[in-house]
Amino acid sequence: MANLCGVIGIGQTKYDAKRIDVSMPGLLREAALRALEDAQLTFADIDAVVIGKAPDMFEGVMLPENYLADAIGATGKPLLRVHTAGSVGGSTANVAISLIQAGLHERVLTIGWEKQSESNAMWGLSLSPPFSVAVVAGAGGYFAPLIHAYIERSGAPEDTGIRTALKDRQNALKNPYAHLQIPDIDFDKIANSPMLWDPIRYLESCPSSDGACAMVLATEKLAERAPTPPAWVHAMAMRSEPNQFPGRDAVNPAAGRKAAADLYKQGRISNPRKEIDCAEIYVPFSWFEAMWMENLGFAPENEGWKMVYEGATALDGDLPVNMSGGVLSSNAIGASGMIRYAEAAMQVRGQAGEHQVDGARKTLGHAYGGGSQYFSMCLFGKDKP
Amino acid sequence: MRDVGIVSFAQSNALREVRNEVEILLPVVKEAVKQSGLARTEIDFTCSGSSDFLQGQPFAFVMALDGVGAWPPIKESHVEMDGAWALYEAWVKIQTGEVESALIYSFGKTSPGDLAEVLALQLDPYCVTQLWPDADSVAGIQARLYLSRARKSERDLAEVAARSRRDARANPHAVAKGDFDVEKLLAEPYRTSPLRDHDCPTNSDGATAMVIAAGDLARELAKRPVWIRGIDHRIDPPALGVRDLTRAPSAQIAASKAGVGRDKIDFAELDAPYSHQELILCEALGLRPDVRINPSGGSLCTRALFSCGLNRIGDAFARIASGDGDRAVAHATQGHCLQQNLVCVLEGE
Repeated sequence: MANLCGVIGIGQTKYDAKRIDVSMPGLLREAALRALEDAQLTFADIDAVVIGKAPDMFEGVMLPENYLADAIGATGKPLLRVHTAGSVGGSTANVAISLIQAGLHERVLTIGWEKQSESNAMWGLSLSPPFSVAVVAGAGGYFAPLIHAYIERSGAPEDTGIRTALKDRQNALKNPYAHLQIPDIDFDKIANSPMLWDPIRYLESCPSSDGACAMVLATEKLAERAPTPPAWVHAMAMRSEPNQFPGRDAVNPAAGRKAAADLYKQGRISNPRKEIDCAEIYVPFSWFEAMWMENLGFAPENEGWKMVYEGATALDGDLPVNMSGGVLSSNAIGASGMIRYAEAAMQVRGQAGEHQVDGARKTLGHAYGGGSQYFSMCLFGKDKP
Repeated sequence: MRDVGIVSFAQSNALREVRNEVEILLPVVKEAVKQSGLARTEIDFTCSGSSDFLQGQPFAFVMALDGVGAWPPIKESHVEMDGAWALYEAWVKIQTGEVESALIYSFGKTSPGDLAEVLALQLDPYCVTQLWPDADSVAGIQARLYLSRARKSERDLAEVAARSRRDARANPHAVAKGDFDVEKLLAEPYRTSPLRDHDCPTNSDGATAMVIAAGDLARELAKRPVWIRGIDHRIDPPALGVRDLTRAPSAQIAASKAGVGRDKIDFAELDAPYSHQELILCEALGLRPDVRINPSGGSLCTRALFSCGLNRIGDAFARIASGDGDRAVAHATQGHCLQQNLVCVLEGE
């Protein structure tokens, strides 16, 4: 049986389109130092560092963690760099947690980050690679057909996406770190925003952000003594599946369903909708909330949209989702998954401020990436498992 | 710690290839899985190492996954590092008790791009990359400093190269190999003083794959499992003017944590792409002069970036598995001038 692990420190940067006030090392240090401060520790207390980010083309630096090593206090320590596409923020935390679970280290610092303003993500995603054809459509162009397929099979009303975006954008107003904060946001403003990739409108899409998110993880013994009560890791899971083959269900991917089933089994959850108090899930385009509600087993197949429609996922609903404003409000790609984990952990630690869900005891952090083929997730608890 | 053993390893013939990364990788993965005695679907965890910038494409590893096979969905992860660090992640996963076996693979193709330009992107992006220092010149600075600090000569470097190429003759996968006279090597012009062509890596395209398993399963699968007795990795600061380039403190810490000094070592497989780096590493790892270095020819003779570190570990495994030695050190490096190092100690059953 693996050793217990607790999250004892959490730090986030302010997310913004261009953080030209800091260099890359400055950006990572902002998050790392806040996480260390939360844990009342310094870099000297850290045994190992695990870094995650999306493709290196997004900054134009090859293996940037080698350049960042001393800035993040990794000199003379183990430094791992994880990259699993969009799910990387989540999987990076999973790898960091496994270092504690394996009994190899007592305190591990993990950071997910992206400084998109250093380069251009659309360029990074649209290179003309040797031996193959460039898609030149960005992520929205890739995912729009999957959303159409979802609408077709579920019969979801066409404003489902707009309602999701409105909820997340309203939540973002309660999160001081959120990148997009639109004070006069309303239904019409989203509905009338330009159509980017039908059916995804401008205000139903995630922004391009600079930002970093860090967590300090510790062993059971050290987590018990942490200055702020820890978020205990109850379970974590990862699954991957190939991008293309006949018969693959890319709308409700098996990898996501299997990872969730594994997570609930480990966490002894039999009714996720009832037993999980709130969730931070990876929704880069509004419609994915409804789709992932089904994939994660919160709603029966083809009925995820009803949770959106009935307000179940609102801050005062029975399963609040993306209380922080989600990926729709801040998308520093390599950080986005870790932000989900960090926000879920903040909820059980009572640290979420204005977007706190009262009495949250068990929460879910979730990330996905590639062509809806990489999934990582983690279950946090206020109490030990 | 749980006992973890290497049960199989396969590598491609590292040449400048017309095949793409996935085409190079597939037969290698197939071979390693076949040799392991497990079916791919019986392997609990998969972890790979590769680089987007080397492939010139974001998500380089996604296409590889399609080729390797991941259906039904698998437990899988990827490091943007040499495959040796993918092995480390897999070893950790086995240590948690969650899995019993793992497939590790890595691939790298140095031939399509301008490698000197690509590797300059690993340096300080605000102050150094813009000067586009090529990797051989950066290594040359290190070599010059090392020769003067350690009172070594260019002849010492040529001897490393001649020995490596001589040993590489027995390695069907090696690229640069043959009998070379040290005097003749020293008569060659500099590539970047004090380094000549033979002091620099012969870059190639390649892929490697390995299967590891926990204690009893490893014993069941392999005639002579090779145990990972210790494994550790560390990093030094990046700025070339900050650290002492003539030493590798991160390799020294990793070696000590991995237990290199605990018992007699028969041979070492070091990922030293430049001749002088082998000498720096021998010193950092505290290897005695009678330890045989790089019987495979090493990364000086054949370097498929992001694959060559795992290749060194695989070569050490294969030698021990065949009964040629009982205890070995294997090493992998990353970044300029030996910035980041992984060391493991392997021992035959």
